[in-house]
Amino acid sequence: MEKYDIVIIGGGPAGLAAAVSARESGIGSVLVLERDKELGGILNQCIHNGFGLHTFREELTGPEYAGRFIEKAEELGIACKLDTMVLEISPGKIVTAVNREDGLFELQAKAVILAMGCRERARGALNIPGFRPAGIYSAGTAQKLVNMEGFLPGREAVILGSGDIGLIMARRMTLEGATVKAVAELMPYSGGLKRNIVQCLEDFGIPLKLSHTVIDIKGKERLEGVTLAEVDGRGKPVPGTEEYYPCDTLLLSVGLIPENEISGKMGVELNPVTAGPKVNESFETNIKGVFACGNVLHVHDLVDFVSEEAAAAGKNAAAYVKRESAEDTAEKDVWDAAGREVPVKPGEGVKYTVPERINAAHMGEKLTLRFRVDGVYRDCYVSVWFDGERVIRRKRQAVAPGEMEGILLDRELLLRYPGLDAIRVAIEPG
Amino acid sequence: MEIKKLICINCPMGCPLTVEMEESKVIRVSGNTCKRGEDYARREVTAPARTVATTVKVVNGKAGRVSVKTREDIPKEKVLACVKALKDVQMEAPVCIGDLVAADIAGTGVDVVATGNVGEL
Amino acid sequence: MYDVAIIGAGVSGAAIARELSRYRADICVIEKEEDVCCGTSKANSAIVHAGYDAATGSLKAKLNVRGNRMMGRLAEELDIPFRRNGSLVVCRDEADFPELQKLYERGMANGVEGLHILSREETLAMEPNVTADVYAALYAPTAGIVCPFELNIALAENAYVNGVEFRFDTEVTDITKLEGGYGLHTGQGMVRARYVVNAAGVYADEIHNMVCEKKLHIFPRRGDYCLLDKAAGNHVEKTVFALPGKLGKGILVTPTVHGNLLIGPTAIEVTDKEGVNTTGEGLGQIMEKAGLHVKDLPMRQVITSFAGLRAHEACGDFVIGEAEDAKGFIDCAGIESPGIASCPAIGEMVAEILKEKMGLEEKGDFISVRKGIRKPGMLGKEERAALIREDPAYGNIVCRCEMISEGEILDAVRRPLGARSLDGVKRRTRAGMGRCQSGFCLPRIMEILAGERHVSMSDITKSGGSSYLVNGTNKDTF
Repeated sequence: MEKYDIVIIGGGPAGLAAAVSARESGIGSVLVLERDKELGGILNQCIHNGFGLHTFREELTGPEYAGRFIEKAEELGIACKLDTMVLEISPGKIVTAVNREDGLFELQAKAVILAMGCRERARGALNIPGFRPAGIYSAGTAQKLVNMEGFLPGREAVILGSGDIGLIMARRMTLEGATVKAVAELMPYSGGLKRNIVQCLEDFGIPLKLSHTVIDIKGKERLEGVTLAEVDGRGKPVPGTEEYYPCDTLLLSVGLIPENEISGKMGVELNPVTAGPKVNESFETNIKGVFACGNVLHVHDLVDFVSEEAAAAGKNAAAYVKRESAEDTAEKDVWDAAGREVPVKPGEGVKYTVPERINAAHMGEKLTLRFRVDGVYRDCYVSVWFDGERVIRRKRQAVAPGEMEGILLDRELLLRYPGLDAIRVAIEPG
Repeated sequence: MEIKKLICINCPMGCPLTVEMEESKVIRVSGNTCKRGEDYARREVTAPARTVATTVKVVNGKAGRVSVKTREDIPKEKVLACVKALKDVQMEAPVCIGDLVAADIAGTGVDVVATGNVGEL
Repeated sequence: MYDVAIIGAGVSGAAIARELSRYRADICVIEKEEDVCCGTSKANSAIVHAGYDAATGSLKAKLNVRGNRMMGRLAEELDIPFRRNGSLVVCRDEADFPELQKLYERGMANGVEGLHILSREETLAMEPNVTADVYAALYAPTAGIVCPFELNIALAENAYVNGVEFRFDTEVTDITKLEGGYGLHTGQGMVRARYVVNAAGVYADEIHNMVCEKKLHIFPRRGDYCLLDKAAGNHVEKTVFALPGKLGKGILVTPTVHGNLLIGPTAIEVTDKEGVNTTGEGLGQIMEKAGLHVKDLPMRQVITSFAGLRAHEACGDFVIGEAEDAKGFIDCAGIESPGIASCPAIGEMVAEILKEKMGLEEKGDFISVRKGIRKPGMLGKEERAALIREDPAYGNIVCRCEMISEGEILDAVRRPLGARSLDGVKRRTRAGMGRCQSGFCLPRIMEILAGERHVSMSDITKSGGSSYLVNGTNKDTF
C-alpha cells in the first residue's frame, strides 16, 4: 500500500490552499485526490469576477483565482490524482479510492485533510409541490451547463433563492440571451451581497420578490410555468397573492450543504447546524490527524476565507505529521500535555462558530473565530464572553446571515484565563 | 433638480443613497454612513462601469469553451454590446490566462482577455 | 399479423410479455411512452404485500398471495433486489382492535403464511420507532420490498431476449375488429394482432371501451410520496402501515431496497390521467399522518417528493380475462395495489388464458435468467478492482451520491431495451437518484447519452417527448 504523509480529499480552493501550505511547511509527501477532470473545483465554473480582493488585492474571476493556486501547486511539485473518487476513509486513515487508471486502490495517510466542498440543496429538500418536468435545475448545475458546456438550460427563467449563486445566474442567463422574469426569495431579505443585487438584478431590471416562494410547478414534459406567492412571517403562502409566471426554466439557489458522507462514515463528529465537522483551533476533527477546511467544514461566502482557513489547516496538519513522525517523542509529549480545550458556544444572535473548541496552548498568536448570525442586525456589537466576563466588544454597523462574520482572538488574552470553562460569542444591541 | 436613488454596495449595511443632481452634476449625496458610500454614489450616477465576464468558443481544445473578461470596467451601457460582439469569436487552443481574445471590444477601448486555460486536444 | 399485441409496458404488460415469451408466438408490446415503467409502475410504494388486505375470494387476494410466493424465485432469475423485510399494521386504539383482528382473519383465509398479532411490547421490541402508544400490530413476515423499476425493466428485458418485440412512443388511439383479430391504430401506423392484451394502466378503461359495449371506468387515485436520504434509511426495518381506511392502506413508512426511507401515499381522487403533480395539501397530509404511527421521522432528510396514479376500477377488483363481448381481447385492468406484488401471478394467469385459447406450445429455448447491470459498489474490493481492470469505465464514478460508475451507465444504455433518456438511465442505474438529485451528474450523463446515441446534447430528454433538457446555446439569440 502506498504511503503519504498527507492526503487531501478534494482539489478545489480549499484542497489546493491546504496542499500548498502543507508543502511550504516542509512536508514533501502530499497527495491531492480530485474527483473532477481538473483542479480548481467549483471556481472553474464561477467565471464572474469578484474573487481574491483579500488574498491578492485584486479582483479576479474564479478560474483565475483557481489558476494561481494550481500554478503554485505545480511549482511545488504537489502530486495529485484527477478523476479520482474517494470511496471511504478508515479511522486509521486508510483512504480507499477509485479511478480508471489505478482501479480500486488504498493509501495509508498519516494525516487527512477533508476538503470535499459542498453541494446544492435540491427541489426535494424544499418539498415544492407540482409536476416534475425537465427544466428545473439547481443554479450550480445551470452554471455548469452554460459556462462549461455552452448550453442554455432554457429561454425564460424564474429563479428561486437570492443567494449569490442565484443572483449570479440571473445575470449569466441574461448575458447569454435568456430572459429572467423574476428572482423570488422566501426570506424578507436577500442572502446575497448588495453588490450582486445591484449588478446582477437591478442592472437588467430583474425584479426581486422578497418573502415569495414557488407554490406550484406546471408542465408535464418540459416546464411551462411556476406560481409564486407571498409568504407570511412563518413562511406559509398567503392565499390570494398567487401570481403565475410562464417560463421554461426554474433555477433553484436555495442553500448549500457540506458533503460529509465520507466524513460521517469514518466517524467524524458533525455539527448539525453547519452540517460540517466539529473542529478545534487547529481545524482538527474529533479524529486525531483528520483536519477539515473550506465548504466541507462550513459554507463560506468568500473564497478568500476558504484559502485562509485551508492554509491554516494545511500548516497544522504538517505540524501534526512532524510531531507524530519524530523519533524523539518529546515535542509530541509536550504538545499532548499542553493546555486543554475550551468549548466555544454560539450566544444570542449567533448560529454557530468555527472552531468550536479552542486550546490556547495549541493556537497561533491570533485566531479568527468565524460565525454566522441568525438575522439582520443594525448598529450592534459582536461580543465575546469568557464565562461571565465580556472580554471583547466590537461595533458593527450591520450584520446579516448571508455574510460570514469573524472576530480575532489573541492567544495572550486566552492565556490570561487559565480556568476558563466556555467562550461565548453573541450579538448585542447598540 | 433630478433625484436618483441607489443602494450602496460597499458593505452589508446597504445604505439607501439619495443623489441630488443638477444638469448631470452631483449636488449632494445623502443616506450614506461613510465616505465610501458617497464615492460610490458619485461614480454610479455619472459614469457607471462594469467588468463583463462570459465565455467564447474554443476549437481543437480539451474544452469547448474558455472563460473571458474585459480587462477593465467598461461603461455599463456597453455591457450587452460587449457580449454580443463576442458571439462569434473563436479561440484556437491552446488558450492561456491573459491571452487576448478581442481588442477594443464594442468600441470601449478595452480588451477582452482569457481567464482560463484550455489545452490542445 | 402478430399473435399477441400487449398494450402497455408497465409491470403487468412486461410480466405478461415475459410469461408469454415461454411459448412459440409472435408477440409485440406497444407503449405510448419512450421507455418501459413510465406510468403507475414507476411511482408506487414498491411493496410486495403479504395479501391480507383484499377481500377473500377476490382476484386481488388470490393473485397477491400467489405473486408474493413467486417473487423470490423471480427476483433470483431476473437478478433484481428483493427483500422480505416483513410488515406491521399498527393499531393505536383498543377500540380499533377488532379491525386488526379482521385483517388477521382475512389474511388467514387468503392463505397468507406466518401472520400473527403482536402486543404493544412485542411490536416495540421488533420496531422501536413505532409510536409508543401502539396498542397492537399485525405482523406479516412474508411482506417484502422490491425495486419496481428494476422489476419492470428486468421483466421487459427478459421478454425481449426471448423474442418479444417492443414499440415505444406508440400510442393506441383506436381499435378496429378485423377478420381473425384486431387492428390497433397508432401514431406510427396500424398494428395487427390476433389477440390483444389490455395492460394500459390508468388508460385501460379507454382501451377496453374502444372495443367493448360493457364499459370499464378507471378512477385515477393520486398518491403523493416523500423519499428520504439514505441517512434515514434505518429508521424502520419493516414496512409500517397504519390500520387501513376507506381510500387505501393509509400512510406507510418503509425502507426501500436501496436503503432510503419512503413515506406515503396519500389517496386523492383526480380526473387527469397524467396528473402526477404533488400538491401542498398532499405533502402536508404525509407530514401530518406519517408521524402518527412512526415517531421521530426525520422529515428534514426529504430528498424528493413525487406522485403516482393508482388505476382504480369501479368494481374495486382487478379485471383480468377475456372481455365478454370481444373475443380475443384480454383485459388486465384495474391493476392498482397490490399490483407489484401480484405481477408475477398476473403474468402467469394471462399467459394461461392465452395458452388455452391459442393452443400455445412451449419453446425449448426459453431463457429464464437475466443478468442485471453489474454494480461495482456491491462487490468486494478484490472483485471490484478486477472489474475495473477488465473495463476501466467501472472506475470512473459519475454519480457521486449513489456512487454510480460510467461503466454502469454505458451498460444501461447499451443493453437490450437500453435507456434513451436521463430518467431511463436513472431508473436502470440509480444515477441521479441520490441526495443531490442529479445536480452534479446531469451534464455528464447527457454527454454519455449523446455520445452513445450519436445525437447532440440538445436532443437528450429527461423522459422522452418534449422533455428536452437544454434549449439553445449561449448568445444564440444575439
